[in-house]
Amino acid sequence: MQDFEPKIVAFVCNWCTYAGADLTGTSRTKYAANVKIIRFPCTGRIDFMILMKAFENGADGIIVSGCHPNDCHYSTGNFHARRRWIVFRNLMNFTGIDTERILFSWVSAAEGFKWADVVNNTVAKIREMGPYENYNKIAVSTLLKEEVSNHE
Amino acid sequence: MSRIGVFVCHCGENISATVNCEKVAQISKELKGVEFSTDYKYMCSDPGQTMLKEAIKEHKLDGVVVAACSPRMHEPTFRKACSEAGLNPYLCEMSNIREHCSWVHPKDDLTTEKAEDLVRVMVEKVKKNKALNSIKVPVTKTALVIGGGVAGIQAALDIANCGHKVVMVEKQPSIGGHMSQLSETFPTLDCSQCILTPRMVEIAQHPNITLYTYAEVEKVDGFIGNFKITVRKKSKSLDEHLCTGCGLCTTKCPQKKIPNEFERGLGFRPAIYVPFPQAVPNKPVIDRENCTYYIKGKCKVCEIVCPTKAIRFDQEDELVEIEAGAIVLATGFDVLKSDFFPEYGYGKYKDVIDGLQFERLASASGPTMGEIRRPSDGQIPKKIVFVACAGSRDPAKGIEYCSKICCMYTAKHAMLYKHKVHDGTPYVFYMDIRAGGKMYEEFVRRAIVEDETQYIRGRVSTIYEKNGKLIVKGADTLMGAEPVEIEADMVVLATAGVANHGAEALAQTVHVSYDAYKFFAEAHPKLKPVETNTAGIFLAGACQAPKDIPESVAAASGAAVKVAALFSNDELTREPLIAVVNRQAPPVFSSCVGCFLCQSVCPYQAIEREEIKNRNGEVIKTLAKVNEGLCQGCGTCVALCRTKAIDIHGYSNQQVYTEVMALLND
Ligand SMILES: Cc1cc2nc3c(=O)[nH]c(=O)nc-3n(C[C@H](O)[C@H](O)[C@H](O)COP(=O)(O)OP(=O)(O)OC[C@H]3O[C@@H](n4cnc5c(N)ncnc54)[C@H](O)[C@@H]3O)c2cc1C
Ligand code: SF4
Repeated sequence: MQDFEPKIVAFVCNWCTYAGADLTGTSRTKYAANVKIIRFPCTGRIDFMILMKAFENGADGIIVSGCHPNDCHYSTGNFHARRRWIVFRNLMNFTGIDTERILFSWVSAAEGFKWADVVNNTVAKIREMGPYENYNKIAVSTLLKEEVSNHE
Repeated sequence: MSRIGVFVCHCGENISATVNCEKVAQISKELKGVEFSTDYKYMCSDPGQTMLKEAIKEHKLDGVVVAACSPRMHEPTFRKACSEAGLNPYLCEMSNIREHCSWVHPKDDLTTEKAEDLVRVMVEKVKKNKALNSIKVPVTKTALVIGGGVAGIQAALDIANCGHKVVMVEKQPSIGGHMSQLSETFPTLDCSQCILTPRMVEIAQHPNITLYTYAEVEKVDGFIGNFKITVRKKSKSLDEHLCTGCGLCTTKCPQKKIPNEFERGLGFRPAIYVPFPQAVPNKPVIDRENCTYYIKGKCKVCEIVCPTKAIRFDQEDELVEIEAGAIVLATGFDVLKSDFFPEYGYGKYKDVIDGLQFERLASASGPTMGEIRRPSDGQIPKKIVFVACAGSRDPAKGIEYCSKICCMYTAKHAMLYKHKVHDGTPYVFYMDIRAGGKMYEEFVRRAIVEDETQYIRGRVSTIYEKNGKLIVKGADTLMGAEPVEIEADMVVLATAGVANHGAEALAQTVHVSYDAYKFFAEAHPKLKPVETNTAGIFLAGACQAPKDIPESVAAASGAAVKVAALFSNDELTREPLIAVVNRQAPPVFSSCVGCFLCQSVCPYQAIEREEIKNRNGEVIKTLAKVNEGLCQGCGTCVALCRTKAIDIHGYSNQQVYTEVMALLND
């Protein structure tokens, strides 16, 4: 276990995981403070370039979480997210980005305890892996950085 | 934007107990563009909101961040306050420093730092917010009620009596639900059919109500005020207009030995049948799986005897399209399946039955004409054991909750038994007696005192048959866990109330959330008990959790009021957080290249084509255009658009990228 405080960004949908994380709060279940949530309407809204942006700005790990399959508030957004993730993951692996640092999960509005587990497990895992220093080496050596900036 | 106000709430001590709110306010003051910052005990209180409004005016704020509870809780409150102070409500954002921070982390520096981070993110985001105006959409003043049990009936009548149209969809051939199977009802012991049947008839006759029985909802599109629903009317093999309900066919059908679902297998019915004598509508359906004609290709006795020639063997399912502004879910519950109780011999011993079967035995219109007789040999049981909490409150069975209705109906069963078998003895094994409710405790007392029911506190471990008797073994925990053994003639299990068999699939079809037990989830357990997380869809009755009749009816009336309130205006106001295609003047400069990938992923068919023409009227470019009424703001198109031509208000590319950078760079 390394002695550092990982920075983890969570991209979650409003209807399931955000509400689930609210429930974690309402039920006063404790979890690590390293994870900070950015709210999206739906995981379908998440353009995965934003994950690169997070790494570029110093994130050590990322959580993407939305509604369980079939439970999407908008019917199919989470399926689009999943498909996009499958493609994007390959691309990231190809460019040398450590996809082990990204956790994709489903947490429903009723799964307050699960959210705490997801956070704690991810924090423990990233702590184990250490800070993500490698990203900037990869990004500088490719044109990725520029590409990411173009997306702002 | 550069005159932002930050308001940090203590929420009494809910936030300030672990977060140093003063410090968060101070640090925020240093952020670029923040003009004013403060902390306050209760931001949502009247003085809190007044302070917010005054600060907006005094400091000429052009953006507001309230760091408090979840935006799912109070975003509307603070946006409204802003708008009252003359600031566009969409220039107000909330940082969730309670649910996502103070309540889940200990009191230390990291927690306060996290709160600071969350505030900074929103300060940066709000700088990119745009003033928006809410959208008005028309409301279709028709309600769809799914399920015709007592809850659905109540909701439909209440809505219809407010002058609105109602479409009721019931899966079974008749409405009535579980209540139509009950004999008499606690806590008054009035006859269930007698109080229910008139309301069933009212449904059929109400000018504002259209009833589809033997029908199911297949698809739901659209959104609050404007749902589009496809209903499958299963073929009844009958022309309902011609049928007079004489019932001759049901007496002549050669198939006579089909287990009767309504009697819970304690009686039989033919293949062409009306589920029970008071059914609404009182017209038969052919159960094709058991009909000789559909199995063997010949018979048609019913067709031959029918005086009005109403039988239609070639009838097909019909799909009906319905437009509705609101949906009420009232699909009720089920009781736990018999295979859950191998140790009690349910399914193995004929005289171990469940509560609903007992209701049928006790019912005057039931298989024994209201006499309590054993299913095995028709004898009148002299000793009868009722087992409460069969499955409920039992983590080993996966049901941790209390089913709530069984204590009461078990007391009722013991009474009904004693009223019919004067020399018999009823025993009840129970864990606790839960009789909270008006006249409920008194009712249980009556069962114990007047009807001499023997209540034994303890669980039954096993039931087995010996010499024609059922040996019930348990323990009496009030007598020092002393083992008890009763030689009973009949056993009735008060099986757990569980979610309806098709609940999960239906929830997915109508897009509402459900809990771990597959009961439909309310939007808030205390303050929004009949709303769901999906706007315009409401809950009534036992589809939400086990409920007795008074509770189901109360919830149904509650849901009806919500629907009536929604229908009280011709238009409803929607949040403008929807997608937009960038479209500079002249529009040829839009970065939309007209690939229409967005159209292919949009779940609401909200993307339209807009043709840009030159002076000669020739089309020079086709752009995507968002239909404001249809777009629900999921943003799937935004993530997909290759030229970033489509964006979404409230979660724009600029906003979310800014949030990420603000979060990671302090
Ligand atoms: C043994 C027993 C005894 C009871 N005794 C009493 C009593 O004495 N007093 C009392 O107050 N309560 C009693 N109750 C509780 C009572 O039965 C319920 O409170 C009541 O039935 C709940 O009404 P509901 O309309 O919510 O659900 P239900 O009665 O379950 O009705 C739901 C309806 O929806 C229909 N449906 C289901 N799925 C669909 C679908 N997908 N599409 C269309 N339609 C669908 C069903 O066919 C049914 O008609 C008893 C319950 C049991 C099990
Ligand atoms: S955000 Fe996009 S995908 Fe979602 S409804 Fe609007 S146009 Fe369709």
